[in-house]
Amino acid sequence: MSTAIRTAQNPLDATGCGDAPVLRERGQREVFCGLTGIIWLHRKIQDAFFLIVGSRTCAHLMQSAAGVMIFAEPRFATAIIDDRDLAGLADANDELDAVVDKLLDRRPDIKLLFLVGSCPSEVIKLDLSRAASRLSRRFAPRVRILNYSGSGIETTFTQGEDNCLASMVPEMPASPAGAPASLLVVGTLADVVEDQLRRRFDELGIGPVGFLPPRRAGELPAVGPATRMLLAQPYLAETARLLEERGAQRLEAPFPLGVEGTTLWLKAAADAFGVPAERFERVTERPRQRAEAAVARYRDTMAGLSVFFFPDSQLEIPLARFLARELGMRPIEVGTPYLHRSHMAADLALLPSGTTLSEGQDVDRQLDRCHAAAPDLVVCGLGLANPLEAAGLATKWSIELVFTPIQGYEQAADLAELFARPLARRRRLEV
Amino acid sequence: MKLAIWTYEGPPHVGAMRVATAMQGLHYVLHAPQGDTYADLLFTMIERLPHRPPVTYTTFQARDLGTDTGELFKRTMRDAYERYRPEAIMVGASCTAELIQDDPGGLGRTLGLPIPVVPLELPSYQRKENWGASETFYRLVRAFAGPNAPAPGTSRPAREPGRRPSCNILGPTALGFRHRDDVIEIERLLDRLGVEVRVVAPRGATPTQLTLLGEADFNVVLYPETAEVTARWLEKTFGQPSTRTVPIGVGATRAFIREVAELAGIDPAGALADAESRLPWYSRSVDSTYLTGKRVFVFGDGTHAVAAARVAAREFGFEVVGVGTYDRTFARDVRAVAEEFGAEALISDDYLEVEARIAELRPELVLGTQMERHIAKRLGIGCAVISAPVHVQDFPARYSPQMGYEGANVLWDAWVHPLMMGLEEHLLGMFRGDFEFHDGAGASHHGAPATAAPTEPEPVAAANDADGPSWTTDADKELRKVPFFVRGKARRNTESYAREHGVATITIETLYDAKAHFAR
Repeated sequence: MSTAIRTAQNPLDATGCGDAPVLRERGQREVFCGLTGIIWLHRKIQDAFFLIVGSRTCAHLMQSAAGVMIFAEPRFATAIIDDRDLAGLADANDELDAVVDKLLDRRPDIKLLFLVGSCPSEVIKLDLSRAASRLSRRFAPRVRILNYSGSGIETTFTQGEDNCLASMVPEMPASPAGAPASLLVVGTLADVVEDQLRRRFDELGIGPVGFLPPRRAGELPAVGPATRMLLAQPYLAETARLLEERGAQRLEAPFPLGVEGTTLWLKAAADAFGVPAERFERVTERPRQRAEAAVARYRDTMAGLSVFFFPDSQLEIPLARFLARELGMRPIEVGTPYLHRSHMAADLALLPSGTTLSEGQDVDRQLDRCHAAAPDLVVCGLGLANPLEAAGLATKWSIELVFTPIQGYEQAADLAELFARPLARRRRLEV
Repeated sequence: MKLAIWTYEGPPHVGAMRVATAMQGLHYVLHAPQGDTYADLLFTMIERLPHRPPVTYTTFQARDLGTDTGELFKRTMRDAYERYRPEAIMVGASCTAELIQDDPGGLGRTLGLPIPVVPLELPSYQRKENWGASETFYRLVRAFAGPNAPAPGTSRPAREPGRRPSCNILGPTALGFRHRDDVIEIERLLDRLGVEVRVVAPRGATPTQLTLLGEADFNVVLYPETAEVTARWLEKTFGQPSTRTVPIGVGATRAFIREVAELAGIDPAGALADAESRLPWYSRSVDSTYLTGKRVFVFGDGTHAVAAARVAAREFGFEVVGVGTYDRTFARDVRAVAEEFGAEALISDDYLEVEARIAELRPELVLGTQMERHIAKRLGIGCAVISAPVHVQDFPARYSPQMGYEGANVLWDAWVHPLMMGLEEHLLGMFRGDFEFHDGAGASHHGAPATAAPTEPEPVAAANDADGPSWTTDADKELRKVPFFVRGKARRNTESYAREHGVATITIETLYDAKAHFAR
């Protein structure tokens, strides 16, 4: 697991929250299931389709979680299990095949189909991996069919993306023996961010650079012992593990949120590829300085304010680190659905010591703690935001943080703005 | 197994949540896996409720399945009782919990809580949201009003002389299409008729108030989807008759007044004479001539679809070319109204089928749900929303009922406005080259088919002043990645930044320098 190459250095050399105790809670978890990741994944991989094998609840979640329905016909759908499938009156596998036939007939542009497992499909033990290989044989070579679990019993929100990417790892070609070192950036990023990072790596002389997931199913990058991987998202435990099994070495770094996170993240790659410090400085100086200047404008209004994170996407720790170190905010509690200590090590080290870390959730008790702490800003999901606002607390909906380009230098100020806006709005309103 | 892209109705436990959330003093403990809590946001975001729905979920995960999930349910229920101290608790399972067969009803009873516990059996793989709401309301009413039922065969005592006639209003829930305002409008109407409203349920009622349901003289059923089953039971058990007319539109409102007057034994003349809607005169006004025979397609829940088809034909002078519902329970009513107007009925909850039918019929106006709004937008047809499923914009800040005379005024405004936009769109379509409409965007948010992206590049050069900065190809390409609705601003900002800083050629770097400069 820990083949990580330690390159990112903590500038302050402080331990931060590296060894901090974690409040672990079991109770009602007010979080999405892993199916929700399909909302961004289906836009990212442009010739892929996501077929949830589930219930009406799954379909209803998908159209409710996005907040709005998407204008174009989405590249996802649900095969809704009914009582005939459950009573054994219909063979669920035959039924699934018929649904896939209908779907691929309607969408001949689809090159990659994911069968996505849900709570009900898993409880009735419908074997989607067998279904995927059966259907793959039938539709080869036109369509590749993979499967993964996005169920709530197995995954919390962004873990769905982790499972999706993990299902693609065995499909990645092996890099040829003796191939030179290559960089693999793992985790969905907005296309514009991906383009910026690619340019930055070019300027640093780092390459070839691959991205997982790719924009098209046929563009899966190669992986092998010469692969150095940078995680662009903090929720990719299983994907990283499988890539490591295929020889990739993870570069340890904080996540590329904020100026500092981006610099250390790029630096991890630069060090691994032997980029001279002087060249790194030359390439990053200008974007870093302008991003610093842009972020600094938020400091006046944000410094000293307290912030409380409810668990949501696993982005909470790097976000809290950014708010603390670049905006001077005070994280009170940082909740995360799942804490991956080694992937999060560099960010934890930079998080101010004394911050309460919590993993899992008992939402009622967490709400009690939140009300008692009376933070200046609460970062939480859509189910909690309006009730907290009505109780007088300022909130930032966390789902926006996974639907918005926030990584890299050019987005650092946008990220600050996302947190500043609810507070700015309250200052403006006189009613 | 059925392929669904969008669904008109959620699962039945969401129907139960709509009832629980509408009521006061009631809590719902739901055996459900992690993730099913998404349903909270329907209420806090779409309806903008300032409180969480009164629902506690067990949110079990895979690791819990190997242990005692029944114990988890009991612990959750006990904690919910201690924390919220409701008058009563409903217990049930969502689709996944139904499969693990823990029997929340039985478990709930064994806890011995000092409050009533109402078990719900909502078969998730057969039934849907509206059925779930109806069944939940029925179970609650039976549980709370049932003990006060007179012995079977007892005839209902006559109303005491001098006492005002009274009724209950049945059906409004949370997340209903305009339920909030319909209730106000109908309460006003009943008040003007001299009828006292005893209990409104589920919306606003406590379990204790449900025990009083049998006392009113009759029931007003506003939303048969939720309340018809309950009203029939009340009729059978307490001898309370109920209204059959849903007062949407001027004609139906008049019929409703007559029906209520008859049930209450009062004279409807006053209420029929005063406070008429503006709709009849607006429809007769000469400027409305152009509405004549407009082809309209109607789709929604049974009640709203039937009502809208009648109003469209009889009160707007439209031609109903198609009418349908996603709720099979109301198929007969919808078929009847389709036949009445010589249109074809569509009974389907398949969004793609509805879309295909609309495309085939080419109506000029769609009266539908949020789903048809999307279809209409794509096809470039005007649309007004008349039914659930709802979206945040179906909870307007202003008073806007669908029912009663004021409701008819609202219908007039809502249905005519998308058509008025049509004229404007012709103009926009004629001058498509207009610089403010890039990206092959439709002529407006109301419709006009999305056209292909312009083949010629955006007039970059033309946008440059003769002596202004110029754009490199790369920078221009980068600019196009900015969403089109803010791209113009990004271009102007970048150019003004370049001018201020003496940059003659805008590169990608300049673009981002400017972006950082103007951040916030």
